[in-house]
Amino acid sequence: MLYAKDGRQENLLIRDARVVDPVEGVDATLDVRVDAGTIAQLGTSLDPNGHRIVEGAGLVLAPPFVDPRVDLRVPGRENEEPLASGTRAAAAGGYCAILAMPNTDPVVDSAAVLGALTQDARTEAEVPVGFLAAITKGTDGAELTEMAELALQGAVGFTDDGHPIVAPGLMRRALQYGAVTGRPLALHCEEPTLSRGGHIHEGPVSAELGFGGYPAVAESVMVERDLSLAAYEEQPLHLLHLSARESVDALSRAQAAGVKATGEVTPHHLCRTDEAVRTLDPNLKMNPPLRGERDREALVAALRDGTIAAVATDHAPHARHEKEVPFEAAPFGVTGLETAFAALYTYLVAPGLIPLETLLERMSAGPARIYGLDQPRIAVGAPANLVLLDTSGSWQVTEAGFRSRSVNSWLLGETLRGQVRMTVAAGRVVHEG
Amino acid sequence: MGDIRVMREDLRPPAEPPKRHLIAINDLSRDDVERLLATARTFERSLEREVKKLPTLKGRLVINVFYESSTRTSSSFELAAKRLSADTMSIKASGSSVDKGESLKDTAITLGAYDPDVIVIRHPQIGAPQLVARNTQAHIVNAGDGKNQHPTQALLDLYTMRCEFGHVDGLHVAIVGDVLHSRVARSNIQALTLLGARVTLVGPPSLLPRGIEAMGCEVSTEIEAIAAADVVYILRMQRERMQEGANYVPSLREYTARWGVTPERLRPGQKVMHPGPMNRGVEIDPRVADAADALIETQVRAGLVTRMAVLYDLLTTGPVPVAVVEPLEVA
Repeated sequence: MLYAKDGRQENLLIRDARVVDPVEGVDATLDVRVDAGTIAQLGTSLDPNGHRIVEGAGLVLAPPFVDPRVDLRVPGRENEEPLASGTRAAAAGGYCAILAMPNTDPVVDSAAVLGALTQDARTEAEVPVGFLAAITKGTDGAELTEMAELALQGAVGFTDDGHPIVAPGLMRRALQYGAVTGRPLALHCEEPTLSRGGHIHEGPVSAELGFGGYPAVAESVMVERDLSLAAYEEQPLHLLHLSARESVDALSRAQAAGVKATGEVTPHHLCRTDEAVRTLDPNLKMNPPLRGERDREALVAALRDGTIAAVATDHAPHARHEKEVPFEAAPFGVTGLETAFAALYTYLVAPGLIPLETLLERMSAGPARIYGLDQPRIAVGAPANLVLLDTSGSWQVTEAGFRSRSVNSWLLGETLRGQVRMTVAAGRVVHEG
Repeated sequence: MGDIRVMREDLRPPAEPPKRHLIAINDLSRDDVERLLATARTFERSLEREVKKLPTLKGRLVINVFYESSTRTSSSFELAAKRLSADTMSIKASGSSVDKGESLKDTAITLGAYDPDVIVIRHPQIGAPQLVARNTQAHIVNAGDGKNQHPTQALLDLYTMRCEFGHVDGLHVAIVGDVLHSRVARSNIQALTLLGARVTLVGPPSLLPRGIEAMGCEVSTEIEAIAAADVVYILRMQRERMQEGANYVPSLREYTARWGVTPERLRPGQKVMHPGPMNRGVEIDPRVADAADALIETQVRAGLVTRMAVLYDLLTTGPVPVAVVEPLEVA
């Protein structure tokens, strides 16, 4: 289900790093030996045996990240993010796998389009990429796609991405029929008649600035509906980029009632509130919008206790001219692959809001589990997927520093703590910095 | 005896001050507002003379760029610039390169090539003035950006109230109507509270934005709440801003019946203001509009001198020296 180009698998010996693998329950200073794409040995004072030596002293070696929600702009808008730059950005961000959304042009709603994409990924993708396919043709919420065939062709899951499935009857059919695929449905929850005309979260900031409000209830009312349908159909469900406290409450209640529901949250919703929008910077415009402080606190708490199992960057590249317009004219979406770990380390781990192990789990094993992917782990015999992190290093986010083709980051100009020194994905060293 | 120290800091040439703009009332201090109102007062006296043109901004270029229709704001800015002897140029969105799809940034760069001293911009989208400010060297005056701000309207309203009451501090102003879609309301709430007035917003619940009370005003859905106010400030029912099918109010008829300002709902002596253009018989009863207590025409006159003060203040610094306020001998 994941596709990447072939490349040389290096023999490595990473020495004296603090190895942190929350799934394996490891937190110790160890050497890790990699032989031809496989983790061969863990221990102390391992023999280099001709392997390339990487000094890990003072650094954290962890399972690399899995991003369950990335917009690559292929096919259709290659000027904003082709496979090569998108996956280079992922490598620089410490990711060993990313999942691309089907909101392309044409939409990934047929086996033909998906097949072409997986072919391209085999020649262009620096890190393994999986593709989600649309739930409805053209993501226009009317007719189901040929989900069974798409699953056979390699679709990791199904989503209409930025579009809600407005009709409850169709949502129910998708849950019923989608069961044959064994792949999860991932839903963007937005009640369009409540969010219409909204540019930012509805609250004191939208009232003062005069923006049309996109209220939290526009999300949570849809979350409640979809959870009710999932409970009734006894089918699993994944909720994309949750932003509202009420949505988190609904997810928590559904999980307690036995619904197989999962959720994800973005770094920007965890680190920022609608107060940031006062700058009118279009790089703070995304869907769902940044919400209030109580929402942000609820999201952090849910990530910490596992109600929300995954961090998703919601990496949405946009050409410069698209964002160099007044806020209301700008498209929704911000980039995130290259800044996710540093942002979350700086704003959540360093101040003590979330333990490092928890963050590592929610960025790696958590998202992998949701889509049934192999969880990256540091254990003998496991495929060599590794990320080497410098948690004391600071760096400034600049346009020039991005591998992504687009620079619409919500963190431009900020100094962050936490650097990705090396990413090993499927045995290949895909990033060194 | 202590050493004589050379204060090297003081010997450095002063850094170029940041470009001054008028984009939002919140950017102003109370002192800034007082200075602008005092300057406007000076200009008002100068306009009482037979020859009204002043040489103050001779050789300066003021470009008015209006992406939305406007009568009083655009004409008042243009006349204000002319009264101060500036060269003016007016550009409207329709019939310009905007119709050909040019972006606001590119338009700003194009206009910037003429080295204007001031660009006055009205635009339907929030943040347009900041975008122009980032892409030109001119001082920017916001003549209305979407539903966000209309700072010169608020300044002229303060000026009008100051003329009428002698003070703004302690006044109680009721702002009535479609607050949700009103940049005038937002700028006025900020300006009035900055100067110590009390503000009550009155209107249908669906047109009072959620969370607006955080701006420091009171909120009521009952028209009776205007009775306690010194000034009743009536907002236009902005039908063109209503999204189709949004149902903010079921009908204009019902709005008028419930929230229209009529003589019966006013106390004698209560002053009435309206930013225009009025929908007579909708938000304002014609008898109210034409009554002696209406300050609506005063507002228009105040608009001219306030905008003169804004242009003057941005291009010079501080209050008008008396010497400058001499009539120009025009041939």
